[in-house]
Amino acid sequence: MALTNEYIQQRLTEKFGEQVQQFQEPYGMLTFEAPKDLNLKVLQFLFDEEELKFQFLTDLQAVHYPDNKGRELAVVYHLHSLTNNVRIRFKVFTDITTPDVYSATALYSAANWMERETYDFYGVNFIGHPNLKRILNVDEMDYFPMRKEFPLEEQTRVDKDDEMFGR
Amino acid sequence: MSDQHIKLPEGSIEKQTTTLNLGPTHPATHGVFQNILELDGERIISAEQTIGYIHRAFEKIAERRPLYQITPLTDRLNYCSAPINNMGWHITCEKLLGVQTPKRVDYLRVIIMELARISDHLICNSIVGVDTGAFTGFLYVMQYRELIYEIYEEICGSRLTTNIGRIGGFERNFTPTAFEKLDKFLREYPKVLKEFENLFTRNRIFMERTIGCGPIGAERALNYGFTGPNLRAAGVDYDVRVHTPYSSYEEFEFDIPVGSTGDCYDRFLVRNQEMWQSLRIIEQAVRKVKEFKGKDAEVFHADVPEYYLPEKKDVYTKMEALIWHFKIIMGEIDMPAGEVYQSVEGGNGELGFYLITDGGRTPYRLHFRRPCFVYYQAYEEISKGAMLSDAIITLSSLNLIAGEMDA
Repeated sequence: MALTNEYIQQRLTEKFGEQVQQFQEPYGMLTFEAPKDLNLKVLQFLFDEEELKFQFLTDLQAVHYPDNKGRELAVVYHLHSLTNNVRIRFKVFTDITTPDVYSATALYSAANWMERETYDFYGVNFIGHPNLKRILNVDEMDYFPMRKEFPLEEQTRVDKDDEMFGR
Repeated sequence: MSDQHIKLPEGSIEKQTTTLNLGPTHPATHGVFQNILELDGERIISAEQTIGYIHRAFEKIAERRPLYQITPLTDRLNYCSAPINNMGWHITCEKLLGVQTPKRVDYLRVIIMELARISDHLICNSIVGVDTGAFTGFLYVMQYRELIYEIYEEICGSRLTTNIGRIGGFERNFTPTAFEKLDKFLREYPKVLKEFENLFTRNRIFMERTIGCGPIGAERALNYGFTGPNLRAAGVDYDVRVHTPYSSYEEFEFDIPVGSTGDCYDRFLVRNQEMWQSLRIIEQAVRKVKEFKGKDAEVFHADVPEYYLPEKKDVYTKMEALIWHFKIIMGEIDMPAGEVYQSVEGGNGELGFYLITDGGRTPYRLHFRRPCFVYYQAYEEISKGAMLSDAIITLSSLNLIAGEMDA
């Protein structure tokens, strides 16, 4: 039997109840979120379960939503079950003042650098990471450049009329 | 330290290992990245990688750019196979916008992507040859990369960073010259590839140098997020083209070559075999393209006026075309809000684009899943305990592209 999104959702709800929520299917990929202290439990469940076997971490990154008070940073996991050929997306939200999320390095070795990159650009503090330091930026940098408070263009410029050409 | 190789005389300095900086600008690293190796004699005890020397903040830049202006950024990820990145980006945009591409466009894209795969693999494999001391193979295949670049040139005008294609198709139809050059390539390249294989595959020296060098097992490779030829060399038949087909790949017949030990030799063989499969795919695609007759043979893009630039002669004579041209160039079109993950099989593995839009004119967040970046972290585990010269071959046979790693 092919693994369907409904079945994954059903299994997750059985196991975690109301805590796993916000099930959506944008462009066919099952997307859901969980509280941040549950992230390892959910990943472990998806990893171990005989019928699910989401053992391939495709991608891990963060997104910054400055207007979401209390849940500004989202850490997004893209998981792939190679045996069933199904992809899912799993999100964990955290506030920006204490951006502590448990590290998935014990489950996926691939998470090592991906988490370092996420830390580098968004400042997500992965608890339990063996070597959490900057990876692409210089070590001396003291801010997290991909956060939305750092605009790409200089905001003091007056020669550009935003009404006509701004984007 | 019972397995000490060098016995130091009495009273010499405490430290008995050597620290060696391999890179960031070392000819053997083929790119700007650094390895800090701790050596005991010639054996590697530990390796620490430093990357980010050519980090260009593409993800940040992309947050202020409309879709079209992001295409040149994708060129510069894996610059050995830039068209695959371009196509991957266009396919991502099309998925977001819900654009259906005509079949002919899909086949033309397949031709270009497979050409790019060949040019990527032939560089990687011949560089492995160079690093083992055989320069000839490199020179043999190099002129065929030139021919591939001429085909790109015929289609889009540029060679290395191609910026090829548009959302919905191509900027222009393939010219007869492009097909001529393609035929020439399909006619001549198999002979050269055969000769290249004859030089290396059963070459005693090459085999001794690469067999058992830098191996990784299937389980570790999967755990490390390996994709592409490097994963297949470890024996896992995962290929994005087959598992989540895009651009009508499901209509083509080809095999996925797999290795068993995941060492340099297997990676070399897998890449060679993939070039043969790519040639097979291109032949099928050319045949399919030539089946279109009359008006169908003129189709080279989908009908998406909001995103596909109008023809130049219309821009100069028609008001509406001029307006669209202006709007597209200035990036004044709002995108639908959405969240898309699309991946393509790049030269090195699964190249993914994670695009979040909030309904504005630019992406809210764009993340590139760069295969190189993901699997380079396994290098320490692979090279530990190996000899220094083996580590260098491992480095080139993993096909690390600094541009892709640093984004």
